[in-house]
Amino acid sequence: METLFFLIVSLVAIISAILVVTCRNPINSALSLILTFFCLATYYVMLDAPFLAAVQVMVYAGAIMVLIVFTIMLLNIRVNASKSQSHKIVLGSVIGFFTLLNTAVIVFKSRVALPNGPLTGDIIKQQGHTELIGREMFTTFLLPFEITSILLLVAIVGAVILAKKKI
Amino acid sequence: MDIVILGLPMMYYIAMVAKVLVAFVFVLLTVAYATYAERKIIGHMQVRLGPMRTGWHGLLQPIADGVKLFFKEEIVPSQASTFAFLIAPLIALVPAFITFAVIPFGGVIEVAGYKIPLQIASYVDMASGKVYDINVGVLYILAMSSLGVYGIVLAGWASNSKYSLLGGLRASAQMISYELSAGLAIVSVFMLSGTLSMNEIVNLQSGMGGFEWYAFKQPLAFIMFFICSIAEINRTPFDLPEAETELVSGFCTEYSSMKYAMFFMAEYANMVTVCALTTTLFLGGWNGPLATTFTLLGPVYFVAKVYFLMFFCMWLRATVPRYRYDQLMHIGWKVFIPLGLINIVVTGIWNYLI
Repeated sequence: METLFFLIVSLVAIISAILVVTCRNPINSALSLILTFFCLATYYVMLDAPFLAAVQVMVYAGAIMVLIVFTIMLLNIRVNASKSQSHKIVLGSVIGFFTLLNTAVIVFKSRVALPNGPLTGDIIKQQGHTELIGREMFTTFLLPFEITSILLLVAIVGAVILAKKKI
Repeated sequence: MDIVILGLPMMYYIAMVAKVLVAFVFVLLTVAYATYAERKIIGHMQVRLGPMRTGWHGLLQPIADGVKLFFKEEIVPSQASTFAFLIAPLIALVPAFITFAVIPFGGVIEVAGYKIPLQIASYVDMASGKVYDINVGVLYILAMSSLGVYGIVLAGWASNSKYSLLGGLRASAQMISYELSAGLAIVSVFMLSGTLSMNEIVNLQSGMGGFEWYAFKQPLAFIMFFICSIAEINRTPFDLPEAETELVSGFCTEYSSMKYAMFFMAEYANMVTVCALTTTLFLGGWNGPLATTFTLLGPVYFVAKVYFLMFFCMWLRATVPRYRYDQLMHIGWKVFIPLGLINIVVTGIWNYLI
């Protein structure tokens, strides 16, 4: 059952990911990207990480993609006339082929390493995934967490200064 | 009844389908009759009668409206982006309905010796008798409501009309801003409850004869959350994306027939969801006097609370005039977000001291 579900979601994820690059209309590409993010969130649920799934949908599919859709709407990019871009197609397929080869080699040659941190699946199920993330975030990784928030604050201040002519 | 499919008893599947049907039909009927109730209530508040012709006191009006919209001609503007135009009403409608999956509308009832929790996405473990539900329920609702923005934005953009685009832009800016302050208001509830599961949050409010509500412990968060939710679902006094007088219905100007009806249904379904969420988080959900002993009273209390909040929304619509756009942004960013942050700090200090 779980395998079947995984296969269906993977199929949707792959098709929508292909549509992101093949759609002529940028809005349709953006919509496909949202669908891809949604499928990724489903994977998080299957990996017993519901908090990450919710955050994935909220932050990526919700906030970031709204900004992208917004930008496309404001720039008002319409479907551009198709030009023959054969050299790009050749270059793209060469790069794509080698990336695929590389991934295939990595997937088939390497062993899957077991997680060797202190947290196992049982502990996560027992204590709760959200609680564990919260605790780690505010104890072990407190400094990186604070640095990230200061970085975001700097970005916000920068955006306000750039956007406002008179402060 | 001892047939086991994929490790779960047959009754589990029957109960699941029954719960989904009951909740879906309940929301659909509420949506249909909320339109009627709104016209009636506003009518009486303005000393009019409201719809009177179809059926006794206009009771068949929603059905007549539905049939009328169903048989209208579908028009797709020639310059519109067809795909986005067609899919936008669906994107608006679906998130409004699926949020109901995690809202508990009653306690655990027993049917034929099998315990059924009255919440769609949950089950009772037969061995321990514990109720399991999605343990990030509230985040799930926030995530789904953040997807609802796309319906309106796409509708505005795909119609290729200036009024629609303005409506769509206004809607997205408004929904994104108020999502933040609504989120901040909920955080203070989490600080008290220590869990994100809806079921747990309801159970934590069951003390004092069913009246240990978070609305009493967090009055500021309650008021902020409700106002922000009304703003997020674009209802009066925050219905700037529609604004009939200035934008001729905003994002749904170019829509007709069932597609327009879908936007209409999404708006009312969102109202039901928001009222149900407010009930669950702040008004004790299905808790009330004797609700834990007589489990069938739970859904009655829940529906009563939700309907009261919906009546309150309609009352607001009849009373308060629409905000100006700069006032709306001012309240969202300069009043609610600082208030929310202060509320979180105060709650934190309070939790630390006690």
